[in-house]
Amino acid sequence: MARTLSFKDAVNEAIDQEMTRDPTVIMMGEDIVGGTGSPGEADAWGGVLGVTKGLYAKHGDRLMDTPLSESAYIGAAIGAATCGLRPIAELMFLDFLGVCFDQMYNQAAKFRYMFGGKAETPVTIRAMVGGGFRAAAQHSQMLTPIITHVPGLKVVCPSNAYDAKGLLIQSIRDNDPVIFCEHKNLYAHEVDVPEESYAIPFGEANIAREGTDATIVAYGLMVHRATEAAENLAKDGIDCEVIDLRTLSPIDMDTVYESVESTGRLICVDEANPRCSIASDVTASVTQEIFSSLKAAPQLVTAPHTPVPFSPVLEDLYIPSAEQVADAVRKTMAT
Amino acid sequence: MSDEKITPLIMPKWGLSMKEGKLSDWLIEEGTNIAVGDEIMEVETDKIANVVEAADPGLLRRRVATAGETYPVRALLGVLASEDISDADVDAFIEAFEMPVIEDDDDAEAAPLYEFAETSVGRLRYAVRGNEGPVVLLIHGFGGDLDNWLFNIDALATSAKVYALDLPGHGQSTKQLAGADLSGLATAVLAFMDTVGVESAHLVGHSVGGGVAATMAFDAPDRVLSLSLISSAGLGREINSQYIDGFVNSVSRRELKPVLINLFADSKLVSRSLIDDLLKYKRIDGVQGALESLSAALFADGEQKTILTEKISSLDVKTLVVWGAVDEIIPASHAQSLENADVQVIQGAGHMVQMEQASQVNDLIKEHIAG
Repeated sequence: MARTLSFKDAVNEAIDQEMTRDPTVIMMGEDIVGGTGSPGEADAWGGVLGVTKGLYAKHGDRLMDTPLSESAYIGAAIGAATCGLRPIAELMFLDFLGVCFDQMYNQAAKFRYMFGGKAETPVTIRAMVGGGFRAAAQHSQMLTPIITHVPGLKVVCPSNAYDAKGLLIQSIRDNDPVIFCEHKNLYAHEVDVPEESYAIPFGEANIAREGTDATIVAYGLMVHRATEAAENLAKDGIDCEVIDLRTLSPIDMDTVYESVESTGRLICVDEANPRCSIASDVTASVTQEIFSSLKAAPQLVTAPHTPVPFSPVLEDLYIPSAEQVADAVRKTMAT
Repeated sequence: MSDEKITPLIMPKWGLSMKEGKLSDWLIEEGTNIAVGDEIMEVETDKIANVVEAADPGLLRRRVATAGETYPVRALLGVLASEDISDADVDAFIEAFEMPVIEDDDDAEAAPLYEFAETSVGRLRYAVRGNEGPVVLLIHGFGGDLDNWLFNIDALATSAKVYALDLPGHGQSTKQLAGADLSGLATAVLAFMDTVGVESAHLVGHSVGGGVAATMAFDAPDRVLSLSLISSAGLGREINSQYIDGFVNSVSRRELKPVLINLFADSKLVSRSLIDDLLKYKRIDGVQGALESLSAALFADGEQKTILTEKISSLDVKTLVVWGAVDEIIPASHAQSLENADVQVIQGAGHMVQMEQASQVNDLIKEHIAG
């Protein structure tokens, strides 16, 4: 039965249902249960923003609070995955990637390849991404391009609660390492979510809005900016299609190609920094594969090549806005 | 101002969840005389796009609504009035018309869209509309759900108490099948009737739902007042097995869309949200298994396994057979396989004839039940 659920609660429900279904699913991370020094109640914190709250009461010691050492517990989760468990590790902020990156890109991502296809590493690493939370330069980045660059890692970045639940269930059931990126500014966003368990296959983009004049490709929070821009442009008679990539690795370029073949115009929106971004990657593929379909130069709308500012005024300017997206669409329509 | 001579054209309510609709286009100009059944405008909802047919005759004096805009259900879209009504009276009518607001979900007075019955075969979702008159039970087909009746349930409910349910393995009902064949599904529908306290009903079945209804008429004749079999399974061997396999095996929008186009005479009816809703259904745990079991039991080796024509002919039950003339799933020739039935083949409609030509199908069912 469908009812509305927030992104945060959808993540919680996906973990709860998979832990109930499969006894090999475990979870570890910093403060995901009680938190060091929290009073009395063992389930006092449930993660830094309370996403895992309530799970300890149901599943007990299958959830483990770890010491403040990402390199230790991400490595432990990857090791446990190779030995038959299905761990979910919460990295809290993807910005902390640096301290445990070796375990992810040079170990987990390589096992299947280096052990002749015989090793499986069914680990899911959950992490918050993105800006707008007034959390400054070290807790606000969109580092999706860095992990998308690595073959052997699957990268997921949902834009809404329905996709978050289905993609997280798919991530947990997947036999490869998956980095599951949760935009912290979407946690309160609600949509209809079925009560039943369901899995959304990787590599299937969602067409968030149908249109005929231009194709806007986005993921995560930027899907909402793109849709807002499309609604505003519709008032001026410009009909945009909005494609939500949902998973960045694997990436569903076929849906993008089909759309651009019919619209002839491409606008890529990415909250990441511009160099070597998802936006530049999608643009490169489109220009290489279906150049003759393009009626205008593709436009990229990204954050600038700077760290995320702490000043609220500057941070709001840093994150691509619906107005910037609309301006980029108009630019493609002018030619 | 004499209201009797002025008739409003309003945004229709198609089915359970519709709150607003987009007027895609007007199909008639101001100053046109329209007859009942004339196609007057195209409306698009979040579920489907369709043509609106005139329910009243008259002269279209004013197009109040603008093409491309979205309006709440029952909003004033146009005005019909005879020539002797002055423009001022038309203006006054428009002025005085009470525009409805879009209903809120938590409107306490609104009946729930869906309910759930805890039956002996598990939890089944259903909708019920109307209070008075005979009981009618709508049974959808393979891969469908109760929303397949969105253009029918409210129309039939004006003179009947209408139930529509999600069969096991479908919609939001349990994904456990009591039995993966027509008998198993028939058992489930009988269990549903027990739970909601319906002793007997007029059964309306679409596609596999028709096979379920006919099986019920044989298994429990006392509980079936009449049969309306729409594009029904069980009346011949042929079935479009490519459609069945495509429906079962498609996991993406790109794969599913060309499959679904087979369901309609007008392929434009396959909207983005229709595809999205079906993908959301197919992703739910247990659905894939249920569809595979059902298709293996019902349509193995590319043909229908259960033929019910002799059984139905042996029954003393009043039967209506309705088919879309250009059905790409089950050929319309099957409509002629029952000797004592009232057979109606509707032009310009495919397998989902109850959606594509809803008003004709609604009239036929109402007549059948009343007669």
